[in-house]
Amino acid sequence: MKKKFRVAALVLAVLFVISMTTACGQNGDAGAAGDEVVVGVLAPLTGPVAQFGTAVQAGIELYVEQFNAQGGLQIRLEYFDEEGQAAQGVAGYFDLVDRGVHAIIGAVTSGVTMAVVPLAYEDNMPMITASSTHENVTVDAETGQVFTNMFRSCFIDPFQGEKMAEFAHEVVGAQRVAVLYNNEVDYSIGLTRAFEAKAAELGLEVVAVETFQTGQVNFQGQLTNIAAQSPDALFIPAYYQDVALIGPQSEAVGLDAVLLGADGWATILDFMSDSSSIEGAFFLTGFSSDVDTPMVQEFIADFTYKNGFAPNMFAAQAFDAAMILVTAIERALADGIEPGDAGFSDAVIANMAATDITGVTGHIVFDQFNNPQKTAVILQIADGRETFFGYF
Amino acid sequence: MIFVNQLIIGLQMGSIYALVALGYSMVYGIVKLLNFAHGDIIMVGGYIALFALTSAHMPPVVAAVVTVLGCTALAVVIEKLAYTPLRSAPRLSLLITAIGVSILLQNVAQLLFTADGHSFPAHMLLPAGSLTIGGFQVAYTALITILASVASMVALTILVQKTKLGKAMRAVSEDTGAAQLMGIHVNHIITFTFAVGAALAGVGALLYSVQFPLIMPTIGVMLGLRAFVAAVLGGIGSIPGAMIGGYVIGLLEVLVVAANLSSWMDGVVFLILILVFMVRPTGIMGRPMLEKV
Repeated sequence: MKKKFRVAALVLAVLFVISMTTACGQNGDAGAAGDEVVVGVLAPLTGPVAQFGTAVQAGIELYVEQFNAQGGLQIRLEYFDEEGQAAQGVAGYFDLVDRGVHAIIGAVTSGVTMAVVPLAYEDNMPMITASSTHENVTVDAETGQVFTNMFRSCFIDPFQGEKMAEFAHEVVGAQRVAVLYNNEVDYSIGLTRAFEAKAAELGLEVVAVETFQTGQVNFQGQLTNIAAQSPDALFIPAYYQDVALIGPQSEAVGLDAVLLGADGWATILDFMSDSSSIEGAFFLTGFSSDVDTPMVQEFIADFTYKNGFAPNMFAAQAFDAAMILVTAIERALADGIEPGDAGFSDAVIANMAATDITGVTGHIVFDQFNNPQKTAVILQIADGRETFFGYF
Repeated sequence: MIFVNQLIIGLQMGSIYALVALGYSMVYGIVKLLNFAHGDIIMVGGYIALFALTSAHMPPVVAAVVTVLGCTALAVVIEKLAYTPLRSAPRLSLLITAIGVSILLQNVAQLLFTADGHSFPAHMLLPAGSLTIGGFQVAYTALITILASVASMVALTILVQKTKLGKAMRAVSEDTGAAQLMGIHVNHIITFTFAVGAALAGVGALLYSVQFPLIMPTIGVMLGLRAFVAAVLGGIGSIPGAMIGGYVIGLLEVLVVAANLSSWMDGVVFLILILVFMVRPTGIMGRPMLEKV
C-alpha cells in the first residue's frame, strides 16, 4: 500500500512539473508572436449536452479558419471540455487562463456560463457565449450589476415572449390570445411572463392561461378550456416533445386558433408523422437555412462542405459569436494595443460593446445589458414543411 | 357542452388507466406483488406497434396482434427470469426486483431507440375525425378506446368467472397452498395471470399510442403510477375495482383541469392514494382483510 502511494506521488509530481513547464511555454509563445491572439473555447464536447457543444465548436472553427486564411492576424483556439457541468466549467476557466488565452467563447449552457462569469468579470476577461439564454448570464441576479465583460449572440428568454406577443398583435391581427405553458421549466415560465406583459401593453386580451407539467401527455382538458374562450391565437412556449402531442389534441378538441411558438419548437417536424394539426403555425427561431441572403447561403454551403451536415441554430450563433469577438480584437489591435498590454482586455470589451455588424443570424447591436438587439426569424409550418416566413 | 366534452376525455383516459390497472390488480391478487414494471410493458408495446407499422409495414390488424403477443411474451420472460426464482423470497425482494426490471426496461429502450421521442403513425391504425352523437362530437379514437377497454374487461370477467382457468386463478389467489393440494399447477396459473395482464397492457399500449403519438422510453412511468393509484383506489386484487378506479382517476383529472387547477394534477392524484391508505386501505371494492392464523 505504502509503496503504491509513493509511486503515485512521484507520478503526480512529475506530471505537475511537466504541466507547469508547458503552461509557461505557451504563455511565452503567445507574448512573443505579435500577430497571434489566443481564444479559449469553453464547451461541452462530451456528455449529455455534447450535441450543442460540438455544434458550437463547428461554428467557431469555420469562422476562425476562414479568418486565418485571409492572412495577417492569426487566431489560435484553445479548447476545454466542460461536459455541461458548472464545476468543470470553473476548472476549465482557470485552465484556459493558465494557457494564456486573451478572450473566451463559452460556455454553452446557461448553468455553466453563470458559474464562470463572476470569475471572468473579476479578471476583466472578454467573453461571449453563443447559446446561454438565461437573463442572469450578463446581469448578476442578486446585485443587478451588469457583467460588462460578458456578451452573447443568442436571444434571451423574455425577448422571445415579447416578440411573439408583438407578432400576434401586428401580423396575426389577434385580439384575444391564450397561453399553454409548462410551469416546471424556467424557459417556459420566462417566455410566458414576457408574453403576458407585452400583450397587456399592446392591449391584447389574454383570455386563458393554462399550465402543464413535464412528462404530461394529456392536454385535452386544458385545450378544451382554451377552446371555450375561442382565442384568435394560442402561444405555446414549450419544447417539441410537448408540441408534438399538443398539436393533434388541439385539433381533436376543435380548437380554432393560430398556434404560436418559440425556438423550443425547432425540429418539431421530425417528431410528427402527420403535421396537419399544426399547419399554419408560426414560431420564432434564431436562425433559418431558408434565409436567402448571399452571406447565409455561403455560410451554409461552407459549413456543409466542411462538416458533411447542415448548420443548426447553435452553429450559426457560434459563427456570429466568433465574428463579434474577432472583429473587436482586430479593432483593438488597429488602435495599436497589443495582446500583452494592460489595456488590451478593456479595448476588446469596449469594441465588443460597440458591435454593429451583420452576422448569419441577423444584424447585431448590443443593449446596455450586453444582449443582442437583433431581428428574429419567423418560420411557418406550410405544406408540412418549415418555411421562412420573414424577419420580425 | 364543455362539460360533456371534458367527460368524454376523462372516460377515454380512464379507459386506458383501467386497462393498465387491471394488470396491476390481477398480478397482485395472485402473487401479492406490486409489479412496477407493468407500466414499462406498455412502453415496449408502443415501440413494438411503432416498428411493426413503420419498419415491417404490417397491416394494422396484424400489427395490433403482434403488439399484444409481444407484450405477453415479454411479461412471461420477465416472470420466468426475474420473479419465479424469488417465489419463496420475502415480498420486499420481489418488489425491489420489479422496480429493477422497470429501470432495466427503460434503459434498454433508451439504448436501443435513444431518449428522443419517436412519432407514432396514429392514422395508420385508426382513422382521425369524429362522430356526432346527439349533438356532441366524439372523436373516433375516444369512442374506440372506450369500447375496446369495455370489451377487454367483459372478456376478462368471463375468463375469470366462467372458465376452468379462471376458477383455478381464483383458487390460487385465495389460498396458494390449498390450490396446489387440489391439483392446480400453481406455477402455470401464475404465468398465465402475468400473460393476461400483459395482453391487456398490449391493448392499452395500442390505445395509448394512438391518443398520444410520441413514443419515449419514459412514457410508462407516469401512466403506470396513475394506474397503480387507480388499482389501489378500486381495491387492489379486485377486477371491477380496477375498472372503477381507472374511470374515477381519469374523470378526476379532467375535473381538476376544468376547475383551473391543472398545476395540482399530480398532487390531487397522489393525495387520493394517501387518503385511500389512511381511510380505507382495501379500496372501494376490496374486502376487509382477514388476518390468517
